[in-house]
Amino acid sequence: MTAVLFVSQLLNGLQLGVILFLVAAGLTLVFGVMDFINLAHGVQYMLGAYLVAVLVAWSGNFAVGLLLGLLGALVLGFVLEVLVFRHLTRRDHLEQVLGTFGVILIVTELVRIVFGSAPLAFPTPAALAGSVTLMPGLNYPVWRLVILGVGVGVAALLWYLVNRTRLGMLVRAGSTHPETVSALGVDIDRLFLVVFAFGAMLAGLAGAMAGPLVSVEPTMGDRILIVAFVVVVIGGIGSIKGAFVSALLVGLVDTLGRAFAADLLKALIGKSAAAAAGPALSSMLVYLLMAVVLSVRPSGLFGGRTA
Amino acid sequence: MTVAETVRKPGGSAGLRLALQPTLVCVFAFAAALAVAHGLGSSYGATMVGRTAAFALAAVSLSFLIGQGGLVSFGHAAPLGIGAYAVLIAGEYDVTNLLVVLPLGFASAALFSVATGAIALRTRGVYFIMITLAFAQMIFYVAASLSAFGGDDGMAVASRSTLFGMRVLKSDTNLAILAIALLGVALLALDRLVASRYGLMLRAGRANETKLQALGLDPYRHRLTALAIGGGLAGLAGVLLANQVEYVSPATMNWHVSGELIVMVVLGGTGRLAGAVLGAVVVTVLDETLGHFTEHWKLGLGLVIVAVVLLRGADLKALLRGTSA
Repeated sequence: MTAVLFVSQLLNGLQLGVILFLVAAGLTLVFGVMDFINLAHGVQYMLGAYLVAVLVAWSGNFAVGLLLGLLGALVLGFVLEVLVFRHLTRRDHLEQVLGTFGVILIVTELVRIVFGSAPLAFPTPAALAGSVTLMPGLNYPVWRLVILGVGVGVAALLWYLVNRTRLGMLVRAGSTHPETVSALGVDIDRLFLVVFAFGAMLAGLAGAMAGPLVSVEPTMGDRILIVAFVVVVIGGIGSIKGAFVSALLVGLVDTLGRAFAADLLKALIGKSAAAAAGPALSSMLVYLLMAVVLSVRPSGLFGGRTA
Repeated sequence: MTVAETVRKPGGSAGLRLALQPTLVCVFAFAAALAVAHGLGSSYGATMVGRTAAFALAAVSLSFLIGQGGLVSFGHAAPLGIGAYAVLIAGEYDVTNLLVVLPLGFASAALFSVATGAIALRTRGVYFIMITLAFAQMIFYVAASLSAFGGDDGMAVASRSTLFGMRVLKSDTNLAILAIALLGVALLALDRLVASRYGLMLRAGRANETKLQALGLDPYRHRLTALAIGGGLAGLAGVLLANQVEYVSPATMNWHVSGELIVMVVLGGTGRLAGAVLGAVVVTVLDETLGHFTEHWKLGLGLVIVAVVLLRGADLKALLRGTSA
């Protein structure tokens, strides 16, 4: 295990972590404010990637395409909220699961009808396509560094919004004492609309950032959604800070586990056994992490409310 | 709604007799459909009946968890897939006897449900839903990494299960008979369980946990047992499905399968176990018929689901409480 490999995997882990954070932030706020389980959040990640890919190709300019795409993701968030989600907020969790699952089927199939099942081309913007030498022997892609920067920037912006603005105060209050906030005259449904659409835009941004690295296809949201759930559960529902810490933790554990678990096993239990158990173990690590955290703290690392 | 109101139904021996009726109707309906298919010499018909009965068994086991225990598991595809993998893996070691494979499928699925349930049951509400989903996804990736058993793509099972070497499941009709029999036995056994003191405790725990605890009763053990039973029965359904398609892949455990099982349970109403059978029939038939017209049949399923949830909100709530099943 060389230092170069370790550092590059560390950076990869952090980069996966910030992508997860962008997705999980919207999820955890929606859970927190309305106790609403939104399975369709992964769909918004997928739509973000498609919107930006199409608009960049149409406008020929990455920045313009990104801005328009994010605007589109925001609008789609509003539309979905008004059409479906607002009717589910006061319902049973079982119905929320069902309704949002239905939305996944509809949107995924519509995307498949329009774009087909084959992955869509999403080239890295030319100016950011190269790589830089971070240390001797380590050439790291610029785009991945951009993702890290954007993720940290959004995290800082969210921290400011949630902790230093009136809207953020309402969100924080709403996530712990929704009845009280509502009784004080705050329109909690409108708050939910704003939080929901904003979360949809963040998920779209995550999709756009990840677009050049993963294959942009109709089911791309499925995998990220469930890992984002793990992030939300580990961090504690409703906590932005928890989502950030646990997203980085999950990103690091997953990436480093995939890179090094097999080697560690080889030293412990021999080569042939490790070759068989390594891939299984490294794909389980994130969920084992969740199991360990939950057996110690059932409401997550920063979860105040026992759900 | 008071606790008494929730737990009374469908207890008592009169309740049990009532509960028997839908069970018998289900079994007879499946048997009649199979007889018609057999009479017409349609092997496609027999395949469909067997497949539907297997999914009905999985849906019934989930309905037991959701309707009776209030345990909204979004990972029920996991025990289903584990049952299927039991057939595949045992087959690779030349074990094909049904009397081994069925208990093996039940036990391994139940074991998984208990191991993950022990952690998941520490939580409530959305946490429980997300954690069951996450654990199911974990086992999905584990299955995908089993390169000796096909990895991502899965692989064909060595042969259909046998009975001491006799190839009793060679015809789809016989397999359908086995599926219907298992469904019937599961429904009867669960009906008994629902009407028993144990079933009463489960429903009481769902309705008002604090009161139950104040009485000195601990719902945790009951819920864990329920997860074991529900998971084990789903494992049996998995054994049936693996025999049906003679192919096992991680796709059996895809979380969309968990979602579709929930759809079956809720469409049929969670108040009665037999409702899940109806839901399973509706979804499987929808799948087949829409699937013939368009490859985008999931769009239709999605529209149906969203329409049902949005339009029948009030009715559905009543169904969830079991007052108008």
